[in-house]
Amino acid sequence: MKFLRDCRADATADLVYRVCPMHLLEPAEFLKDLQQGQVLEILTDYDGALEDIPAWCAKHGQEFMGICEQEDEDVFKLYIRKLH
Amino acid sequence: MMRVYLDHAAATPVRPEVLAAMLPYFRAHFGNPSAVYDLGADSKEVMEAERAKVARLIGAPAEQIIFTSCGAEANNLAVKGAALAHLKKGRHIIVSAIEHHSVLNSARYLEKFHDFEVTFLRVNKFGQVEPERLLKALTPGTVLVSIQQGSNEIGTIQHINELAALCREHGVLFHSDAVAGAGTIPIDVQDLDVDLLSLSGPPLGGPKGTGALYFRRGLRLVPQIHSGIQESGRRGGTENLPGIVGLGVAAELAQGELSATANRLKTLRDRLINGVIGQIPYVIFTGHPEERLPGHASFCFEGIEGEALVFMLNARGICANTGSACASKALKVSPVLCAIGLPPEVAQGSLVFTLSPDNTEAEIDYVLTELPAAVEKLRSFSPVWRRKMAAAGGGPQ
Repeated sequence: MKFLRDCRADATADLVYRVCPMHLLEPAEFLKDLQQGQVLEILTDYDGALEDIPAWCAKHGQEFMGICEQEDEDVFKLYIRKLH
Repeated sequence: MMRVYLDHAAATPVRPEVLAAMLPYFRAHFGNPSAVYDLGADSKEVMEAERAKVARLIGAPAEQIIFTSCGAEANNLAVKGAALAHLKKGRHIIVSAIEHHSVLNSARYLEKFHDFEVTFLRVNKFGQVEPERLLKALTPGTVLVSIQQGSNEIGTIQHINELAALCREHGVLFHSDAVAGAGTIPIDVQDLDVDLLSLSGPPLGGPKGTGALYFRRGLRLVPQIHSGIQESGRRGGTENLPGIVGLGVAAELAQGELSATANRLKTLRDRLINGVIGQIPYVIFTGHPEERLPGHASFCFEGIEGEALVFMLNARGICANTGSACASKALKVSPVLCAIGLPPEVAQGSLVFTLSPDNTEAEIDYVLTELPAAVEKLRSFSPVWRRKMAAAGGGPQ
């Protein structure tokens, strides 16, 4: 898993407490509104997302950039760059 | 004997237009909105159109409405869901002492099982939460404040926008239970500036088993029904499509008729209130005299028990309630009436009328004929009343 230092994004999909598989449905909706090259941040408390999101990106041709760790947070932050 | 139904806070007949709109969704259009084939997709489309109608009633974006199974579930999701989603901020919530049981008992659940501290906020003699009192109760760990918009028991309307603004200033979430008032007073979640607001179908002339919760965009909620991704993952369980259609149509009708409904209810209510106060001695009118729900009239008759009065009115064809519908069978003094400072012996004599625009002047006049006689008869049996009259040196009978 790649850990990012620069955790900036153009949009955030807050999926904390939203049940599985919302983490695979909503990012696609958010990406529709982004330009190519822009970054989507996904916030989730579902640990399965750590496997699912990279796999989803590989399948759909988007770039999974990595995750961001912050000590004070109890949610996972995952980053996707829109490629198309 | 005339039959007069004046307990619309407890249950309402479904409006004919609502029932007609619902019927096709029991058989012809029964598809699950989550299914991907056309039968399901069509249901989903209908559901989203109905969501928009419910949203319009309260000035909300459609995507910020969650369908629930009733107003109580909406209140549970608001109070427990928001409090549990914000544990990092603290474990203190504030509810008014006169909330509906679904809010009070959600708060007690958090207290018992999640170590929350709950402040049951006192109200003034009209049942209103005073902003100064709320301000004093706020702590750095306060997560949520829940104040009912209009009381189902005493009819009092709160100054929600003032209370919500106070909470916003202090970074505290604000929920309002608007079940009793929706459809009879204007509600706009943007004007009120609330984070969460609960609705229910029956007070709008919709079906039982329907409700909705408005939530502010981006607000985290812990689901209280755990299942699939229905309601965007915020409330599991297959959607009740006929009920949702009924709720949507009822909300749309209520919105279109709001002003006429309010005026009609006020006319009937004031006829009832003036008649009761004018004809029956030793009666206390409960709740706020002006800032009250248009269809709500509530009283305490000294020297008698409300339960006995309800039975006696029932024998004369009149349906009314004592306290809230849920509490009335418990034969306990209403905590709401205690909270507004009524002594228990007076609170025992509680009677609540909740009206519909379909009630008639003739029905109100029938009540005004039968009620004084029923009160007088019960007082004639009552040792409490006899003692009171003896102490007063005779007085009115």
